[in-house]
Order: sequence, then C-alpha cells, then structure tokens
Amino acid sequence: MRIEKRLQDSPLMLYLSPLLALLLTLISGALLFALLGRPPLGSLYTFFIAPISDGYGLSELAVKVTPLLLCALGLTLCFKAKIWNIGAEGQFVFGALIGGAVSLQFAEQQGWWVLPAIIASGALAGLVWAGIAALLLTRFNANEILTTIMLNYIAVNLLLWAVHGPLKDPDGFNFPESALFAPHTLLPVLFEDYRVSIALFIALFMLVVIWVVLSRTLLGFQLRVMGENHQAARFAGFNGKALTWLLLLFSGAMAGVAAISETNGPVGQLIPTLSLGYGYAAIIVVFMGRMHPLGILLSSGLLGLTYLGGEMAQIDQGLPKSITGLFQGMLLFYLLACDLLISYRLVLNTRTPGAVTTTPASE
Amino acid sequence: MDINLIENILFATVRTGTPLLLVALGAMMSERSGVLNLGQEGMILVGAACAFMAAYGAGSLGLGILAGAAAGMAVSLIFAFIALSLMSNQVATGLALTIFGTGLSAFLGAGYVGQSITGLAPVAIPLLSGIPLLGKAFFAQDALVYLSFVLFALVWGVMRYTRLGLVIRAVGENPEVAHALGYKVLRVRYLAVMFGGAMAGLAGAYLSLAYTPMWSEGIAAGRGWIALALVVFASWRSERILLGAWLFGFASILHLLLQGYGYEISPNLLAMLPYIVTILVLVLMMYRQKNQGLFAPRSLGHPFHPSK
Repeated sequence: MRIEKRLQDSPLMLYLSPLLALLLTLISGALLFALLGRPPLGSLYTFFIAPISDGYGLSELAVKVTPLLLCALGLTLCFKAKIWNIGAEGQFVFGALIGGAVSLQFAEQQGWWVLPAIIASGALAGLVWAGIAALLLTRFNANEILTTIMLNYIAVNLLLWAVHGPLKDPDGFNFPESALFAPHTLLPVLFEDYRVSIALFIALFMLVVIWVVLSRTLLGFQLRVMGENHQAARFAGFNGKALTWLLLLFSGAMAGVAAISETNGPVGQLIPTLSLGYGYAAIIVVFMGRMHPLGILLSSGLLGLTYLGGEMAQIDQGLPKSITGLFQGMLLFYLLACDLLISYRLVLNTRTPGAVTTTPASE
Repeated sequence: MDINLIENILFATVRTGTPLLLVALGAMMSERSGVLNLGQEGMILVGAACAFMAAYGAGSLGLGILAGAAAGMAVSLIFAFIALSLMSNQVATGLALTIFGTGLSAFLGAGYVGQSITGLAPVAIPLLSGIPLLGKAFFAQDALVYLSFVLFALVWGVMRYTRLGLVIRAVGENPEVAHALGYKVLRVRYLAVMFGGAMAGLAGAYLSLAYTPMWSEGIAAGRGWIALALVVFASWRSERILLGAWLFGFASILHLLLQGYGYEISPNLLAMLPYIVTILVLVLMMYRQKNQGLFAPRSLGHPFHPSK
C-alpha cells in the first residue's frame, strides 16, 4: 500500500476525518478498557453515553462546553492566521485570578453593574496576558508557542501564590482557596437546580458573531489570506502586526470570559485547580471543528463529554480521572493521522515496484 | 560568600540543569534533521512515570532508567509515524504528543502517587571530587549526571566530526537534495526523533528516580518547553546547550541562594523564575538575531515524503 497525492483536496474527507478519528478513538478506548479487565462496550457506555442520559447530564455537558467554546472561538481566529496561541490556559487562569479578586471586592457592593464589571475584568485580564505574548511576538519576534506556554506556567504560579497568600479565605481552615463569592456576584443560572449559567448564551452569541465575521467581512478574508501565506498578505497591504495584536488580544479576552464562566459559575471561588486544562483541550476543539464555528460547537460538545466521561469512569469504575487526557490526546492523534486522507489517497500497490516512473524529490 | 555555599550552588546548578541538558540535546538532534517535535514535555512525563513504575516494581534503578528511555522512545514513534509518514502538521502533532503524554503518564502513574523509593545516590569520583569549587559539582554527582556528560560529548562529536552528523544536517537543511543524493531522509528523521524520545525519557527517569525521587502528576513542570527554548537560545549548537542548561539550572535554584541569605519570598513566586528567564532569553536572542530563522535548520517543520 502506498499514498498518492490527490489532484485536489477532498472536501468529503475534510468532514469525514473527524468522524473517522472519533471511531478510531472509540475502538482504542474499547481495547484499553478490555486491557484493564473492564467490559469494553459497557465501559464506553459509561464514558460517552451515561453522563448525558438525563436532563441533568445534558446541563452538565453545557457547563463544560461553555468555557471550551469560548476559548476555542478565540483560538480559531488565531490558528486561521497561523498564530499559534497555546496560551489560552494561562489567559484563562489569569482572567480567573483578576476576575476572582474583583468578585471578592464586590462582596458587599450591590448594583446592576457588578456582574458586567466582573466579566469585563476577566476579559481584560485575559487580554493583557495575551497582550504580553503579542508584544513579544510583534516587537521582538519571540516565538509565540514558547512565550504563551511560559505565560501559562507563570499564570498558574500566580494563582497558587494568590490562594496561598493575599486571596486566601481567612475563615477557610487554612485551605489554599479564596472565600466563596457572594451570591450576587455569581452568574445567574438558566434553570433552577441546574448549574448551566447565562455564560452559555455569551458563548453562543460570540459563536454567531465570529461566524459572521469569518464569512462576511474583510477581516475574515484577511485572516484566511494571512494563514495561507504571510507574504501574500503583506503584498496585499494587510497590516500583519495590527492583525496579530487584534487576534491575540481577542482570543485572550475570550479565554478571560471563559474563566469567569467557571469561577463565577459552577466553582464559585478561586481554587488551585480551577482550569481542568480547558485551554489545552480547546486546541483540540479547534482542530476537530475544522476551524468552522459549527464544527467547533460540535467538537466542544465531544471534548466536554470526555470530561464528564472521565468523572463518570472515576466514580463508577474506579479508573483514574486522567483517562480524560488520554482520550483527548488520542482523539487529536487520530485526527491528525486521518487528515492525510484530505490531500492524499491510499492506493493498493498492484503494479510491480519500479514499473512506475517517479521523479525523485519532485517539488 | 563562603566556598561551601558556592560549591553547593554549583552542585545544585549542574543537578538541576541535567534534565534540561538531556531533553535539549535530543530536541536539537531532531530539529537538526528538520523535525520540530513540540512533544518533549509529554515524552518526559511518560518517561518519568514508566521509569518510576519499573524501578518500584522491579526494585532496580537501572531497569527504571532503561524503562524511562524506552518509554520516551516508544511514544516518540507515534509522533514520528504521524508527522513523518503521514505528513501531518508538526506543531499540532507535537502538541498532541504532549497532551497525550500528560494524560497517559497521569493514568499509568495514578497508583504510584505518594510511593517512595530510594533514589539514585551520588557517587564521588576519588581525587577528582576533591578539586576545590568544581569537584563537587562535576565529580560527586549521580550516574545519570555523568551519563549526561557522556551523551553531550557524543552528540557534540557526532555533529561536529562525523559523516553521520553531516547527513543529519543535510537532511535538515535540504531534504530534497539529500534524497537526490540517495540518503534515506525519512529514516534519518525517524532515528533523530527516536533519539530525542529516548533522551526525553532519560530526563524523565532522572526526575522521578534521582532528582525528586518520586512520581507526581506533571512532574516535568514545563521542562520540555524550557528545553525547546534552550535549543533556540543555543542556536542549535550543542556546546551552547550545555552552558544554557546550566544557566537555566542556576535560575531554577536561585531561590536556594535567596533563602540562604534569609530573604522570605513565596515559593510560588520563585517558581515562576525559570519561565520568566526563558521568556527573557527568547527575547534577547531574537532581538540580537533580528531574524528568527537565522540559525534554524532550513527545512525545520516542513514535511518531506519521497512520494510527494
């Protein structure tokens, strides 16, 4: 068997490849469960279906989807322009830290403006954190992959410092946690008894906005050109630096809002393990979702499910929760592997080798 | 400053720089062959988990070290297959390897959190370890530190003096020409990536068998990424990697010095130092070179396949 370049990229495979990747992940998952001495199909059911088999489960999925979606939407714009922002995690954590500090400030203050101010502070903090990477990239040409990752570690340590020090709950029995946020600083929930908050609407609204921007505006066009070819973008007169700033700041702000959706939503305080790796999982969401808003909505549902499934496998089968990360990594591996089929096809080698004249090292 | 303190700081600097040196040498080898593998962090973690499990299970540190290197190499093969044979985007595939490795190591090591083993002990080399100032740092370390010296000399010698080094560089600079000359580009790249995997696995083994010694989730703490920055910092040259690794090692243990002088700073704030230093170093390097790609292998990150 060998691979042969297609004359044209296959649009069918572009959409089939994520499904194929999911299928391969499920098969590998079943094998893994079997290896661990668990019933494969039953375990897959526990992991992927049981968590969302009732209304509460579905609402919990929406809780997980919200931060993933917000982070992923920002990253989509960056990745489209081939700016590798791996820092959604740090932008999320820093947004949570500042938003949390502001929330604690407003514990006594009532007013309609309190919530918007908290959301804005989270967005602003995420924006600033991404702004550092933007400055380093545009001014000093420092590789954004490495700088954003370093900023992730710095943000996590800042959060740890804050919950061990200045923001530690004085009545918290010395746990490294902040005080619980006052009820009026929490995002209103959509339904009584469920944890899903209005942040879901913010995420869906931004999804529509980005869809329109990408498909209908000059900015969306510039992004795509820049992603295809930085040089062509320059010839066309696009301001690459300004675009880089805009994209990084925007995706940082989105990660900051994602943080508020967690801290002032289901979590309700600052804790050391605030992010469950949403910033990293959002990278997978973007690739799975083919950088298209609708695809991202679907793939954030799938990735959200891996979190619920991990929790379920822990409770139900005593498996480590980190099985979530294992499934997420597998998913991305399979996706990248299957993407070969977009521009190549597999050909069974029926002819004798050597009969085909190939020019070595063409291109 | 008294001589004892300097000796101890040099000792800790070399010790802390060792995992960075190992990973960065491996990463450099793979980048010199034109492959950008951002999965270093994941490979270190898998190496660390497997090394600890093997050492704990078999009661043998030597077996643990071998297991760490083998595990790092095994997961690097997944990357190599997808990135080289299937020509995927190397940035994304490397990230996938890190996400996968983080999850896999946490999953495998879940039952070993909090377990303890007797770690790799320092072995003082007679006479040499008595040299003032430097003796303790270079000749009273554990076996893996000595191994890192040997591996450094090996990589340095191969890249500088051998035909193999030339072929690796040619493949990284211009795979088309190397291919036309009859060199197996893919094979060279596979081997370079696997070497990188083994080195990252060794670094992991060093962390979980000598440095800490224990297993905890995320034990690599970003060392894989720092090592990648180190390769850029070193302009892809082994002798600069050696110096850079020690520089970073020193930055990571600065807090010992501060504590030694009685400064009280939150350990969490001090833990940020290596990452801040990494950013500063990146900025400095880029500012000096003006052009990011000045020293980078020309085909770094570009897929090559003979069927193309």
